[in-house]
Amino acid sequence: MSDDDDGRGPAFTLVILLGGLVFGFGLGLSGMAKPEIVLGFLQFEDLGLLFVMGGAAVVSGVTFFGATRFLGRAPLTGRRYTRRLKTMDRNVPVGGAIFGVGWGLSGICPGAAYASVGVGNLPILWAVLGMFLGAYAQGFVRASRADEADAGTAASGD
Amino acid sequence: MDMMTLPLIAFADLFPRGVAQYAAGGLLIGLGVAVIYLGTGIIAGASTFLESTLSYVSDVPRFNRAKYLASRDWRVVFTLGIVGGGAVYALAFGEFGWTTDVQPWRLLGGGFLVGVGTRVGKGCTSGHGVCGVGSLSETSLVNVATFMAVAIGTAQVVAALGVSP
Repeated sequence: MSDDDDGRGPAFTLVILLGGLVFGFGLGLSGMAKPEIVLGFLQFEDLGLLFVMGGAAVVSGVTFFGATRFLGRAPLTGRRYTRRLKTMDRNVPVGGAIFGVGWGLSGICPGAAYASVGVGNLPILWAVLGMFLGAYAQGFVRASRADEADAGTAASGD
Repeated sequence: MDMMTLPLIAFADLFPRGVAQYAAGGLLIGLGVAVIYLGTGIIAGASTFLESTLSYVSDVPRFNRAKYLASRDWRVVFTLGIVGGGAVYALAFGEFGWTTDVQPWRLLGGGFLVGVGTRVGKGCTSGHGVCGVGSLSETSLVNVATFMAVAIGTAQVVAALGVSP
């Protein structure tokens, strides 16, 4: 993994912004920005969300496959195209389970929460606050555990 | 009732709102990822924003690692884009100002666990669920299978306990 350097100029910023706009529009259209729809999916009342994740993963999968195979480096950064391959360890299922409880309780995940703010859904700010508090608590606890503080391979994420 | 209509009825029960807007939304979510990826080579997930943004206000070393300091500015731009995209959708479809009825304690408590879980588990529904699955990453498939199963169990239990909305 190369560094995610900032400051590559206006074209870089514009592409990030454009990608975010399309991403957020998709989250709105897909219903992910509404906790009620996500909870309805998890309670098997409407399985439409299968098409959201499936459709998104197919597009990203085809893009990643094509770029890693046929393209060299990204024009705006010179970064090599890679796939998203994180290392497997005990944290992966443990974190997934914690996330699952939170998702099942609230019906909200990070990207969808940001999009929901854009919809004008002010109560969702409770969830955004909760996510920041959770990320802070996790980072604080981890940083204060000396044995993990110097483990450079510790979990990172998206 | 012939043999052709039965499966259609079952299908309609599973998808009471149809599948078109879900599929279209999913394709756009993937397209947003693809735009950033093709332009910059960056595989953007939504939850690292939480950690990297905390570096603006916290001295905790965990949030001030070089990779977060280097990416925190564009992650803010990405997130503002997501907020803007949600707003454009809501304005275009006349849903601006829609608010959830899910209770604040569920949002706050669930959000807290989402914040912890994505950081421990190296990603969220976009990082693992879209980009990781699109990469056929075994790590992401394990994470997604875990959070899906646990989330379904949690939502069913919460509903069974009579908590609504």
